[in-house]
Amino acid sequence: MKYELVSGFETHIELSTKTKIFCGCTTQFGGEPNTHCCPVCIGLPGTLPVLNKEVVRFAIKAGLAVHGKIAEVAKMDRKNYCYPDLAKAYQISQLYAPLIIGGYIELSNGRKIRLHHIHIEEDAGKLIHRHGDTYVDYNRGGVPLIEIVSEPDIRSIDEAKEYVERLQQVMRWVGISDCKMQEGSMRCDVNISVRPEGTEAFGTRTEIKNMNSITNIARAMEYEYERQVDLIESGGKVVQETLRFDDVTGTTSSMRSKEDAHDYRYFRDPDLVTINIPREEVEQLKAEMPELPADKFERYVDDYEIPEKDAALLTKYRRISEYFDEAIDGVKSPKTVSNFIIGQMFRRLETEADKEVFDVAVSPAQLNELVKLLDSGKIRNNLAKSTLEKMLDSGKGALEFISESDMGGIDENALLELCKAAVEGNPKAVEDYKSGKAKAIKALVGNVMKNSRGKADAMAAEAKIAELINNM
Amino acid sequence: MGLINDIHQKLINKEISCTELTKSYLEEIEKSNDALNAYVCVTGDEALKTAEAVDKKLASGEELGLLEGVPMALKDNMSTNGISTTCCSKILTGYKPIFDATVWEILKSQNAVMLGKTNMDEFAMGSSCETSYFGGAMNPFDINHVAGGSSGGAASAVGGNIAAYGLGSDTGGSIRQPASFCGVVGLKPTYGAVSRYGLIAYASSLDQIGPITKSVEDASIVFDAIAKPDKRDSTCLGAKGGETYPKLNNDIKGMKIGIAREYLDGVRDDVKEAVLDAAKVYESMGAQIVYFDLPILKFALPVYYIIACAEASSNLGRYDGIRYGFKAERYTGTHDMICRTRSEGFGEEVKRRILLGTYVLSAGYYDAYYKKATDLRGTIIKAFNDAFERCDVILAPTVPMTAFEKGHATSDPIETYLTDICTVPVNIAGLPGVSIPCGFNAKGMPIGMQLIGKSFDEATILNAAYKYQQAAPEKFTDTKWGVKL
Repeated sequence: MKYELVSGFETHIELSTKTKIFCGCTTQFGGEPNTHCCPVCIGLPGTLPVLNKEVVRFAIKAGLAVHGKIAEVAKMDRKNYCYPDLAKAYQISQLYAPLIIGGYIELSNGRKIRLHHIHIEEDAGKLIHRHGDTYVDYNRGGVPLIEIVSEPDIRSIDEAKEYVERLQQVMRWVGISDCKMQEGSMRCDVNISVRPEGTEAFGTRTEIKNMNSITNIARAMEYEYERQVDLIESGGKVVQETLRFDDVTGTTSSMRSKEDAHDYRYFRDPDLVTINIPREEVEQLKAEMPELPADKFERYVDDYEIPEKDAALLTKYRRISEYFDEAIDGVKSPKTVSNFIIGQMFRRLETEADKEVFDVAVSPAQLNELVKLLDSGKIRNNLAKSTLEKMLDSGKGALEFISESDMGGIDENALLELCKAAVEGNPKAVEDYKSGKAKAIKALVGNVMKNSRGKADAMAAEAKIAELINNM
Repeated sequence: MGLINDIHQKLINKEISCTELTKSYLEEIEKSNDALNAYVCVTGDEALKTAEAVDKKLASGEELGLLEGVPMALKDNMSTNGISTTCCSKILTGYKPIFDATVWEILKSQNAVMLGKTNMDEFAMGSSCETSYFGGAMNPFDINHVAGGSSGGAASAVGGNIAAYGLGSDTGGSIRQPASFCGVVGLKPTYGAVSRYGLIAYASSLDQIGPITKSVEDASIVFDAIAKPDKRDSTCLGAKGGETYPKLNNDIKGMKIGIAREYLDGVRDDVKEAVLDAAKVYESMGAQIVYFDLPILKFALPVYYIIACAEASSNLGRYDGIRYGFKAERYTGTHDMICRTRSEGFGEEVKRRILLGTYVLSAGYYDAYYKKATDLRGTIIKAFNDAFERCDVILAPTVPMTAFEKGHATSDPIETYLTDICTVPVNIAGLPGVSIPCGFNAKGMPIGMQLIGKSFDEATILNAAYKYQQAAPEKFTDTKWGVKL
């Protein structure tokens, strides 16, 4: 029997607000242990949380980025559990009235992964085990998080990977988080179950906690899918439990069973007042939102006839698309701009991080100028290419490298003279061509191009040379 | 005039220096604290330092604020920078906060002379002060009786004249009940009038700081000083009703004073009689007495114990021995350390309420208990709003009886819970309530009555209280203890 994978994600994303969610401490990553702390975020007796309004704004932006509904009234709840990295023995979170309801992430196959809700909460500190002792670092305690809870709509590992990538892309795009999985600013809990293909009822699910890379998510899901299928095939039953993934062995193992599941005893946090979100504020934030990557992608493909593969590259990071948008201003073919970016510019940006920052020496205006020279026929493609290389090396504009005499084509007579000279000066090539080696004509065209300093039209030159030889 | 005004006059008229005054209070604490057990920590050096500063100001002819140089005390659940703050629990022994509670920050900036931290039931859980890790505070009217709780130390200190005033906290009656037992004035402000920042939480949606004083004027002065909005407490709005002091002596002719019959159910005869006598005093001043029913009150006690315990079970989770306070000496691992620390560090009453609170929030019980209690809380608030359509203030006994004898409260916790019946409704509804003395029982122990007001209408209840104090000064008697000015 064939089994279908069913999966839903709970994704934690650290918001990049300057200060923590309930106090004025910095959210900066790292730092000497317990130096980014104050009485509030280490939960000293008598301290009270005060909600950072910026966190609410960031979460609303996240909600708008995934087409969620922004609640008019939201509340904070306490999630009670005892662990040394949680200074108050409760995490301030949202259960009963979260900030964002619904929303979705659309995948490239057209499927929409629905979101249940997005809520805001505080992060916990970190335990450090050293020399057989355990230490607590509360620097991360109180850093604002959003938790994005999806419906169980994911049906394959590829969809899971794309879901995470899309979330990462759009959250970075709207500037609310750097979503660095390796630094823990984005972490996923993966719920997974299997069911016989073609059936409706969900199987029993397991939850793999704290996944910190897309590669590991795929590995863990693959392992867990196989394990569940094997279990069912051999007559066993999947047990609802929480699992951890061991990235050395590539296997999952049990953290706690359903019976040991925490009872978080959620209740409204009496220290915090109701959050009212006026519609004007939502409208204002909506107006400030950048065009979203999915919309840009569609525009590039539909309006500029850019191939989907290229449009995806242009919209992977916001800076690239903004660069592109600026550089295409008034050009005949945006595709030419796209080709320059994805070809010559990307070649110089080796890592994804480089591409995200997109720090190139050539400004969008400079690229725009170069492409307009090409558009007007003043220069030809190979000159444009070599000029762009020089521009990328130096940061100087196109006109620094192209002289007056380089510009403009050459007239019919001049072309004829150059072609004649090429034919007369290269008898060997002419002989080869005559004897049937069609490629030999390229050498003759090359000669014309060289002597015209790239200004000649290669197609026209080839036609003229063929004519000359045939008439010999 | 009141004691605070009295002291202020003596200071500015140079009848006594602040240092002399402070020393006399410290000497009296030395003499009487063994018997009263009102203080769990005396801060003589700091007090004298402040007194010296006040004397310097006086010497240089600078003007003095009303609270400047007046010796006072803070309940031991209010954070004081560098000064032991234990909530009278073993689990916080050795804990010295690194910041000041907002109320203390305000008073400190006005050169209040803090004599020390006062005794209380452990984490403010109790009605007799006897759950204190340091033993209970005793009643200055008779030291075989308790001072009440949980702010027993503050009431004992003020009643025993070893502090001019004290700050207490009131979650279910913890200011008003000991004030009633010790024959002094205790004001529980509207929820949100005074900042809770730095007050070590028992039940966050009910806790409120307020003054315990010798007179209504004093309560008014201290309330006006501390009821300020605070950016560090989102639930704090300050005194929305404005200052109370200028309105103390307003005419109460035509004021409607309501009596809800349910408040008199199960109340001891001598207490009921004293309260009804007070109603007559009001009538004689031209106020109108209105009787009505408030049947919802019978749910107040269970609602209180569910909500308070639920919040407490969460608030007290942080005491794990890792960062501050007591830590068990022997343990095998982190989990064991936390278990042992909490088992050894908390007293019986605190453990009982943590267990109760954990239970009512648990999966499967939340709806039956906690949810139902919060729903009923809404109904109680509405019932009070309706009642205030008919009257301006509500008059009720503070406690159905007078101070318990030593050891009585701890023998039967349920019976003791029942004695909170008259005080808890005010906390549930977030209203202001002031307890003032209104008589004595046959053994000479004080009886208290409370005036309950509309939200943020401290001015009206203090006005009514002041008028009673003017009309019946004999109820405000002194004890043999402490400083005699």
